[in-house]
Amino acid sequence: MLKIDNLNVFYGPIHALKGISLEVNEGEIVTLIGSNGAGKSTTLSAITGLVKASSGTITFNGKNITNLPPYKIVKMGISLSPEGREVFPALTVEENLTLGAYTRNNHNDIREIFERVYNLFPRLRERIKQAAGTLSGGEQQMLAIGRALMSKPKLLLLDEPSMGLAPNLVLLIFDLIESISKQGTTILLIEQNANMALSIADRAYVLETGRIAFSGDAASLADDPRIRKAYLGG
Amino acid sequence: MDKVREKIKTKGLLFNIEHFFDRYKVIISVVFAVVALSVPFIGLSRATMRLLVMIGLYSMLGMGLNLLVGYTGQVSLGHAGFYAIGAYVCALLQVDAGVNFWLALLIGGIVSGFVGFLLGLPTLRLSGTYLSIVTLGFCEVVQMILKQWESVTYGNYGVRNIPKPELFGFTFNQQNGGFYIIILVLAVLTALGCHFIKNSKTGRAFIAIKEDELAATMMGIKTSRYKILAFVLSAFITGIAGGFYSVINNGYIEPTNFTFNISILIMSVVIVGGLGTIRGMVFGATILMLFPEVFRFLNEWRFVIYGVLLVLMMQFRPQGALGWQSTLPYRLSKETKKLLEKKKAAAEDASRTK
Repeated sequence: MLKIDNLNVFYGPIHALKGISLEVNEGEIVTLIGSNGAGKSTTLSAITGLVKASSGTITFNGKNITNLPPYKIVKMGISLSPEGREVFPALTVEENLTLGAYTRNNHNDIREIFERVYNLFPRLRERIKQAAGTLSGGEQQMLAIGRALMSKPKLLLLDEPSMGLAPNLVLLIFDLIESISKQGTTILLIEQNANMALSIADRAYVLETGRIAFSGDAASLADDPRIRKAYLGG
Repeated sequence: MDKVREKIKTKGLLFNIEHFFDRYKVIISVVFAVVALSVPFIGLSRATMRLLVMIGLYSMLGMGLNLLVGYTGQVSLGHAGFYAIGAYVCALLQVDAGVNFWLALLIGGIVSGFVGFLLGLPTLRLSGTYLSIVTLGFCEVVQMILKQWESVTYGNYGVRNIPKPELFGFTFNQQNGGFYIIILVLAVLTALGCHFIKNSKTGRAFIAIKEDELAATMMGIKTSRYKILAFVLSAFITGIAGGFYSVINNGYIEPTNFTFNISILIMSVVIVGGLGTIRGMVFGATILMLFPEVFRFLNEWRFVIYGVLLVLMMQFRPQGALGWQSTLPYRLSKETKKLLEKKKAAAEDASRTK
């Protein structure tokens, strides 16, 4: 579904991604783990067109989407729930979700997605009228994911959904990610919490300073002693 | 639980005022409309009429700038430039080409909007302070062109003998309340337009850009297009206001009518009234236009007080006089209402079957 081939990204003189290649197949949860500065968020930014790739190709469903503007990429069915949530604080939950459906024009369609998102996150339905900035961290994360789902993406990109959340909320969010996946959305998950990410993913890639150091199916990576040592606390 | 919430809710003067206005919305609107329409016929003095016209004009200018600053969050200190372009195009078309006022007014707005488009292009990559500086420069450039391009703009001499607007043989002027009627219509149209934009998909895109540009991009919003659109709309409204100004100023405009001070004055209207609100623009314009008149007896001291008031305002009410977050119940969209009702009915059914 998504295929990245030998992707290079520079920030000025800094070589942030040094020729990474990865693949996400339809229906999978693929996770990209790594420490700070490994290039996880840069990879997502390159996929969504926020930063320019200097070389390499990104293909989505057989179409080359390298360096397309973000709005075209959203329209093709890729949606990002950004790091740090980034909800629109002064707008209500409902308005935030409506903005998520920005690329959609069919009324019935939008109503259907609203219903789906509210069923996934009943908490959001209770808070429809509330300004997003007054929600708790966990609720804001739900809203950010819900908003990303509003464009009915084929591929959902999640950038550190566990960031700054209490452990029981992290569990809840990961449960929800699994159920979104079961409803037929392919997911590329970026995480620092390698333990949690590997527990729900089908396959995983490990990034180290701009290169893919390990890759393979999640279960066997979780057992790999090298990864256990570096990311899973021994 | 509900009782507690109600207790919290019913506190606060602003809340009471807002609910009072919401409750008697229809009556208050009608009273306002009647008062506004009867003003030209109750024989107010010329000075008062002129003051009312200026309040209307600055409400309109405020609404134009608010579209840019209040909705998309782009700060412009160059609106005196758009104001001047609208005024000069409108005046010169009438004086030199004999074009009818109404057409000249529209062309002035369009030219100003087009310049807004041109200025919007290079400013796409700028924000905050940098954008302010560029727009400040724009304002100065317009000022210089007006002064130096004497063959077209008459330079420092100014454009004179601008005719009074006419419609079906009726001449609009200050005495017969004609100016008041024109600005009333223009301001109401602008307010309706702004209200419509604010509640449309475009308005949501504007507000999303102000709140969080990155997230807005990820929603699939073409941020650059909307930022330029906001510039164009804002410049268009300001240009129209400028065209109107050119005919009310005793048939005479000169470059010093459009200095940087005017930009600041428009910005003050927006900030004092309350960013992002429409009613706030009318309120801000009223305060700022009334102030010099009411405190005339203080002579030059009034500007000291004016400055102190603005500083106090920024300290204690940075969101502007009418810029509070509404405490009124949020109006749900039709779809959501239906969904909630359905859910409630389902829940009741479930409890009954138990």
